[in-house]
Formats: sequence, C-alpha cells, structure tokens
Amino acid sequence: MRTSAFKMLPLVLATALFAGCSSTDTQPMMDDGMNGGAAGTSETTGLGMGGGLSESELAEQQRLAELKAQEAEAGALREVRTFYFEFDQTVLRPEAQTPLRAHAAFLAANPSAQVVLNGYADERGTKEYNLALGERRAKAVERFLVVNGAGEGQLEVVSFGEEFPVDYGHDEGAWSKNRRVVLEYK
Amino acid sequence: MNGFRSIVKVVIALVGIWMSARVHADLVIEITQGVRSAIPVAVVPFGNQVGTNLPEDIAQIISENLQRTGDLKPLTRENMLSLPTRGEDVFFRDWNVLGQRYLLVGSVNRDPGSTIYRVRYELFDVQSQKRLIGKEVAGTEGQLRDIAHSISDIVYEMLTGIPGVFATRIAYVTLEGTGTKVQYKLEVADADGRRSRLIFRSSQPIISPAWAPTATKLAYVSFESGRPAIYVQDVETGLRTKVASYPGINSAPNWSPDGTRLAMTLSKDGNPEIYVLDLKTTKLTRLTNHWAIDTEPSWSPDGQTIVFTSDRGGGPQIYRMSAGGGVPQRVTFEGKYNARARYSMDGKAIYFVHQLGSRFSLAKLDLENATTSILTETGMDESPSVAPNGAMVIYATQVRGKGILAVVGVNSGSKFSLPALSGDVREPAWSPYIKR
Repeated sequence: MRTSAFKMLPLVLATALFAGCSSTDTQPMMDDGMNGGAAGTSETTGLGMGGGLSESELAEQQRLAELKAQEAEAGALREVRTFYFEFDQTVLRPEAQTPLRAHAAFLAANPSAQVVLNGYADERGTKEYNLALGERRAKAVERFLVVNGAGEGQLEVVSFGEEFPVDYGHDEGAWSKNRRVVLEYK
Repeated sequence: MNGFRSIVKVVIALVGIWMSARVHADLVIEITQGVRSAIPVAVVPFGNQVGTNLPEDIAQIISENLQRTGDLKPLTRENMLSLPTRGEDVFFRDWNVLGQRYLLVGSVNRDPGSTIYRVRYELFDVQSQKRLIGKEVAGTEGQLRDIAHSISDIVYEMLTGIPGVFATRIAYVTLEGTGTKVQYKLEVADADGRRSRLIFRSSQPIISPAWAPTATKLAYVSFESGRPAIYVQDVETGLRTKVASYPGINSAPNWSPDGTRLAMTLSKDGNPEIYVLDLKTTKLTRLTNHWAIDTEPSWSPDGQTIVFTSDRGGGPQIYRMSAGGGVPQRVTFEGKYNARARYSMDGKAIYFVHQLGSRFSLAKLDLENATTSILTETGMDESPSVAPNGAMVIYATQVRGKGILAVVGVNSGSKFSLPALSGDVREPAWSPYIKR
C-alpha cells in the first residue's frame, strides 16, 4: 500500500494542481498557461509509472486520487476566508457560496473545529448601526454555513462594526474591502 | 526690552503646549466659521496684583470661550487703546470708538502667604456706562481655569440670555496607530479641549460614551474581552462596573433623564433590539421586537419617549416609541439614511446623521412641524451630542482623512473644530452641567 501510494503521488499532485487552478477561477493565475502545461506533463509521468498495476488497483488509485483532488480543491476553497458585501447590505454575494460550502463541509466532517465569524462595516454612517450591520453580515455567513452542514455550536459571531478597517482610505476602493466577514478557525 | 519679553512669553507658551501635549494630549481649538452678527465685547487683560507671573491668562481663556460660541466677538488685545483693570479706570469713549458694546475688566490678587487667588471682575455696558456685573471669586492655582470658565458662563448668559457651557466637559475616544497596533483611549476634557484626563485605555475598540445626568459617570462600550460589552465608570473615582455582556452585541448605552436606567442595544435574542436596564434592580426590559436592526436609543428629556434607529423599512430610519415600549412610529422620511438621533434639550427636535447624496451630514428635524434642516456639510459627520444649554452640537467628522471633533452653533451656524494633536478623535459626548 505504501509503495502504491508513493507511486501515485505525482498523479495526486498533478490532479491537485489542476484542481487548484480550476478552483481559483477568480484569480489571474488561471490565465497563466504554464500551470495547465505543468499539470499535463506530471499526469503523463504518473500514468507511465503506474503502468504495471492491475485494473482494479488502478481503479482504486483513481478513486483515491479523485478523493485527494477533491480534498485539495476544498482546501484551496477554504483558503477563501474573507467575504465582501455591498454598502448597507447583508446579502451574500454569489461568489461567496462555493468557498462557504467548502467551509461548511469541512466543519461537518470535523465537529471539533471551531470558527469565529468577524463582521465589519465601512466607515460611512453611524458606528452603532454599523456594529449591528457587521453582526448581521456575520450572521448571514453563519446561516449559510449551518444550512450547508456546519453545527451551530461550531460557529461564533462577533461584530466590530467599522473598527479595524483593512484599508484606511476614504473612497469606495477602501470601503469595499472593509465591508466584510472574516472567517477565523480557532 | 519688549521684544525680549514677548520672546520669553512665546517660549513659555511653547513649553506649555509641549508639556500639555505630552501629558494630556489635549485637543486644540480651531475656529472654522464665525458669525457676522456677533456682539462686540472687549475682554481686557486682567490686572496682576500677585507680583509673580500668573499660571493662567484668565482674560485670554474668557475671550477664547466667548469667541468660540459665535455669538460674541471679542476685541483683539492689540487694538485696545487702554488696559483698565477696574471700573474706576475705564474711559468709556475709548471703547465706544472701538465699536464695543460690552467691556469686561478684572484683576487677580493673592493675600501674602496664601495659596488662594481672588479674582475680581466687572462687566459694563459701554453705551449706558452701566455696570452689569461686579463679582469676586476665589480658588487655588489649579482652579484658575475653572474660575475663568465660570466667569465666561456668567458673562455669556448676561449678554445672550443663554446659559454658558464653558464649565462643562466633553468625553471622546482617541485612536492612535493602524492595523493591529492600535490604542483606543477614552478621555474627558474641559469643553475647550484642555486638561484632558485618561478614563480608560485599550488595544480593543471603545465606542459610544454616554454621560450620566449627574455628569459623574460614563457608560461606554469596550471590546476589551474580544466582544462588545457595556461598562459604567465613575470619572472621579475610576470605579468601573460591567453592566451588560450578553452573547452578541451589547452597545449604544443611553441614560434615562433620571439616571436610574440605561437604554441599550442587545442582540442576545438573535438580532439587535432595544432594552432598558434598571441599574438598581438590574432588571432588563425589552422594548422592541422586530427582525430588523433596532439600535441607537435616546431618551427624550422628559423621559417619556425613546427614539431609535431601525432598518425595518428597508434602510436606517428614526423611529419613536413610548419609553415603556409599544408600537414605534417612524419620524424621518427624507432621504434613505437617517440614524443615531439625539433629542434637543427642549425635546422639540432631534439631531441625527442624514445621508445627502454621497455625504453624511448632521441634520435637525423639528418634531412639531416635521421640517428637516441640514446643519453640516463636511461629508463624514456623525455622533451628534447636544450641549446642555441646547445651543451647540458637538460631532465627529473628518478633515483630510483625519478624525476630528467639531462644534456647530444650532442657531448661529458658527463652527469650530477640536482636532487631537496626533491620531484620530471621535465619539464625542457633551456632559450635562456639572454641579460643584
């Protein structure tokens, strides 16, 4: 088992890389042809090394590889931990859903994992209303995670309102970065 | 000789500023908008009969106080033709020629071997040459600024009919640093920004300071435990009590006019609702029950009504309800963002944050005839707090990206700002009158 696992490492890596690329579809990396090319090369090598295996072994390897690939993809998705909002809005953006599902699945599979959802607002408007807005944003994320399998006891919501901005600027460029929920694993 | 003396004075003044900056981090006053109809008044430098230099320039403090209100226009010293220090020495024609309507003269004395200063002052109507006030007050060296403020109060009320608020204080929060290396400080200073004192310091946010009606305690929100909780602190003794730390938001404390209860926002039941905490019995009463955000409660001066911010209509608007609860009535209808209302002292109007295009301004809504007027147009104006005489509103705003405090005269339209020497200053709360 050890050897076969070792043997299929390149394949796993290749798939992982590939998955990593396709999952980060919002990042410019995807347009970089080099990653796709590298993945393709590794895959061929991997298959070549596994040439002496039986069909069932191959199938098993394939299954494990897919599993690992999925895990890697999910891992990459879970790297997305900041979710942004529109001004005075608490509705999740469509692009938040895929990474949040990955977090929810992870939390469902790891009941001991604990997450703090930190909600923030931009500096415009009043501090107290923004504190409530930050909480409601974090609660929107909380609800989505629970609906998708996370346990309520794994999640904690804290709002900081307009305090601790990531961008200290005073324009929409800064504000759009500050209206956020940051997911923090304990 | 004169030149040398003035250089020495400047050096002393600079050393003074430097020391106060290091020790207190006081706020500095900058008058940004005067008023044309201001009443001309001459505040003559007070005579010094002590023999040694006085630690405070009382006439200067009074002059700056009166000027800030926008209602009075003190004469600059350089333009004075004579410097009388008592009524007998006043040559009224001098002041008439200078177009002055009122004249304040005075002197400071100290009995040999005593530490008590005696400040004598007289206020005159220049035209009628009548003496309006003639008084003497006494105090220690440390009380000279208080004496100057109380003289300012008496003179201001005599000339405008409005009680002065120079002897009151302001609480505010300063923020220094960026990112994770920040320091929040809750401070209390005189109404002129001087003699600031640290009340509480934390690396976590401090917001929403609110004065008890006695002006001896502050309620505020501190995130020191990692989440917002409400504390009440005695500003003299420093004694501090945590009064609300339920799961979720504990914030927006606001005292009932009788000082026995705190209205506040708690989200322990799932979303932000308005509660009233009885400070004696610790009994908690929930006033609102709605899935929307309900926050920023503020009591009417008669204690009968509470206004608050709610987005139950889609965006933040101001609602009014009985202080015992009941069905809230919406009171703001102009614009899509109206929040954080504070009652005027007569209870007939509210001041609040109003979005106008891309700007956040301070607005006033007359509750009797439902007319809204815009008071400020800086763009990032928030946290209005009404002075106890009702004539001024202090608020937080930004100048070149820096948070500063500013004051607007409600009727005069005069404006002055109180920036910190370094860092941001925000969340002002004007104290009630201080009983001494």
